Amino acid sequence: MTDPQSPMIDLRAVSKWYGAFQVLTDCTTRVKKGEVVVVCGPSGSGKSTLIKTVNGLEPFQKGEIIVNGVSVGDAKTDLPKLRSHIGMVFQNFELFPHMSITDNLTIGQVKVLGRSKDEATQRGLKLLDRVGLIAQKDKYPGQLSGGQQQRVAIARALSMDPIAMLFDEPTSALDPEMINEVLDVMVDLAKEGMTMMVVTHEMGFARKVAHRVIFMDRGAIVEDCTKDEFFGTARSERAQQFLSKILHH
Amino acid sequence: MGGEFDWSVIWKYREALWDGLATSFKLFGIALSGGIFFGTLLAMARLSSLKVLSYPAAGFVNLIRSIPFIMAIFWFYFLTPMIVGKFTGQQGEAVGPFTSAIVAFIMVESAYYSEIIRAGIQSIPRGQPWAAYALGMNYWQSMGHVVLPQAFRNMLPVMLTQAVILFQDTSLVYVVGLKDFLGAASKGGQITGRIVELYIFVAVVFFLICFLASWGVKKLNARLAVAR
Repeated sequence: MTDPQSPMIDLRAVSKWYGAFQVLTDCTTRVKKGEVVVVCGPSGSGKSTLIKTVNGLEPFQKGEIIVNGVSVGDAKTDLPKLRSHIGMVFQNFELFPHMSITDNLTIGQVKVLGRSKDEATQRGLKLLDRVGLIAQKDKYPGQLSGGQQQRVAIARALSMDPIAMLFDEPTSALDPEMINEVLDVMVDLAKEGMTMMVVTHEMGFARKVAHRVIFMDRGAIVEDCTKDEFFGTARSERAQQFLSKILHH
Repeated sequence: MGGEFDWSVIWKYREALWDGLATSFKLFGIALSGGIFFGTLLAMARLSSLKVLSYPAAGFVNLIRSIPFIMAIFWFYFLTPMIVGKFTGQQGEAVGPFTSAIVAFIMVESAYYSEIIRAGIQSIPRGQPWAAYALGMNYWQSMGHVVLPQAFRNMLPVMLTQAVILFQDTSLVYVVGLKDFLGAASKGGQITGRIVELYIFVAVVFFLICFLASWGVKKLNARLAVAR
């Protein structure tokens, strides 16, 4: 259906306004299959908004977003279907608190993909084991630590067999000692060749696995370059200031 | 007044009173389930980004909530037969006081419940429906599996309190001549002249039912507070 050379995620001059306030200005970038792209920038720069436009959780007013050959902004697009194979991980985990861990892992597979309960449970528990939490399968999200919840959230997204994963500040709500357990799972995923777009301040993660780094400021993409270029000679002054702030403290 | 109470009248009228209480409970059950069902739909319509849904829903809820309950019961008593008559071409005699009362109760309770459920839906963080949508769920799946179960849980104590009020309000159907519990007592009182005994009995029964229900709500509240 899609030409292998075409990007998995293709943003073309995306602009978005909240009323008169412009939150995104002409954002253009592409993420190829198997590529890991880190999006960073100061708070309020529009990174979280940008990543949520990719699967249509945030609408946008101008420009175009093509995901796996499908236009996100097109009114005729079956958004639920598109989202069902784009995994997303949120800052606040967003596990469903009224369901057990196992139910969290199976509900999407059963209700959206139409898998049988048995098949979904098997797949879900396999992924739960992969993130090292099989012992917690019958617990409820509230009984788990933040880091554990986020690992379950990643397993939940993977249970849908996504073709790409979006991470919206996955470690920002975590206590420092739990950040690495989540990053380790993400690093493994990146090494397996998962297409990933990651909003994060974790520059260690970016150094380790990112292919490209996008730097945003005031709703615009200021830098979009390879990892080496970004950490070596970040060109814009704002990116340099940002880097010095988060790397030296 | 003779000053002497004659409580035997309650026993004498036990069947009529029992039928009346059954009518009250039937009215309560139908009004409660109808109110919660349509109240949920109204709340969803009111929170919709589509103005063709949210504006009429808000208008309906505000209109119903701003008129006295007893007036709504009167209205529908006279209106429902007319509307039914219009559609069926028959005169509206087929619609009795029970049906018109049910219509009034469901309308009014759905307005009240929609406000409770709306608050419940709004108490759920935006990330929850986002997570549901991100898994590929549609609006109805997100509501049915993720948002509403949590909203109902959060709102359970308020919904039960509203149910207690609803049970008390069922006695208002007395104004359209429907023989509910209070109506049955009133009729018995008129025949025997023992209205005081019968009204005291009705008051005691209402008190017991509502007191027990409120106590249950309080218990439940305490348990939910621990669970969270």
